[in-house]
Amino acid sequence: MPTQITTRSRTPITTRSPSDRGRRRVLTCLAAGAAALALPGRGQALTTAEASNLINRLVTDINAVINSGKRESAMYQEFERIFGTYADVPLIAQMALGPDWRVASTPQRRAFAGAFQSYISRKYGQRFREFIGGEIRVTGTQPLKSFYEVISVADLRGEAPFEVRWHVRDSRGQPKMFNLFIEGVNMLATERTEVRAMLDRQGGNLDALIAELRRAG
Amino acid sequence: MIAALTLCALAACGPATTPTGVNDPYETANRRTHEFNRGLDRALVRPAAEGYSLAVPDPVQDGVSNFADNLDLPGDVLNNLLQLRLGDAVKNSFRLAVNSTFGLGGLLDPATEMGLAHEETDFGETLHVWGAPEGAYVELPLAGPSTERDAFGLVTDIALNPTRWLVPSGDRKWVTGANIGGALSARSRYGDLIDSILYESADSYAQARVLYLQNRRFELGGRAADPYAALSPDQEDSYADPDYDPIADPNYDPFAQ
Repeated sequence: MPTQITTRSRTPITTRSPSDRGRRRVLTCLAAGAAALALPGRGQALTTAEASNLINRLVTDINAVINSGKRESAMYQEFERIFGTYADVPLIAQMALGPDWRVASTPQRRAFAGAFQSYISRKYGQRFREFIGGEIRVTGTQPLKSFYEVISVADLRGEAPFEVRWHVRDSRGQPKMFNLFIEGVNMLATERTEVRAMLDRQGGNLDALIAELRRAG
Repeated sequence: MIAALTLCALAACGPATTPTGVNDPYETANRRTHEFNRGLDRALVRPAAEGYSLAVPDPVQDGVSNFADNLDLPGDVLNNLLQLRLGDAVKNSFRLAVNSTFGLGGLLDPATEMGLAHEETDFGETLHVWGAPEGAYVELPLAGPSTERDAFGLVTDIALNPTRWLVPSGDRKWVTGANIGGALSARSRYGDLIDSILYESADSYAQARVLYLQNRRFELGGRAADPYAALSPDQEDSYADPDYDPIADPNYDPFAQ
């Protein structure tokens, strides 16, 4: 069930080196990770169709926002709302923070997850205009370990088509997106590197990191 | 014949296993090179790319980039052959023939429209196919993120590049010019993205490293590797309890103490 972001004529493909390809793909599609849509229904084990449907609806939802004609700042708020409601933000935040999550207090964890959510929405929201005129098609879904991997192909203007893989898990009865891979580049690992570097820059002070995250992006 | 047998023997070794994590024993020296590269980008490459993209119309830029791409093909075919990937060698050869003729010497790219997309490769990949390990991470002056294997591959590609022997020495300045033009176009096209990595991230060296290693391992066919093994790039960075996997636990409460 292909989901179109928009359809426009594509400019001719020009050449670029693998490193350009990699850099470009990291953020153009990481942008898509800033949002996810949940399905109704609780208490059932996740099925392949539900995982696939989640990503189809995610792509449709992003499409609605980027073509809404709203100001960029209004779009970031939309992305933050979508990301917060439907992605597994606590898991993503925990994986990004790494070992410091274990020693954080519950209020610190909540504050960090909230600050992380708005940081991600701003950072990747800035790249959404690169999606306009593009298309993402879900091409397959497979179980992987304890979760599902949804495979899609992104066809953006002026770019050779490239692969995006989404990882979807059952989070207490609801399917939630918790990671994505663009040509092998993984959002969790990339954001973990960034958040850990920010924490180091704050001398390991988690509260200072939370304040920094609220400003960054 | 001996060369062919040697090649078969090398290829029979099978590709090297794809490592996970980050092996960066030269981090101090690499960070110095990274600062040099950043300074060079800020002072020279970024302004030059902005000027080039403003001064040169898009179709001309595309022509220059296509021309540079076409000149890479003989070297890619050579590596395809060394890797015994004959399908890719045939595809790249047809691409070279089509773009060099119907594509007006490589200025246009009708081959991609015909389904002959560029199967890019390099001698670093050839070494991987032969079983050479990745080696340590290195950041090279000008060229940027690499590994010991890829750095050796880059030098070999430059030395072996068949285009050098095919182009008369008086015309090589055009080859160099096309390569520089293509690089400036790319710097400009991905300007916001590259700026965000180099100038807006908390640790641009660590960002460039994690992005390069993940993407390079993917290109070399590392899909079989456990994607979550790479989540703990630093040894000392691993979770306090190595057996605890929140992804495997559908009922975990992340906010519980």
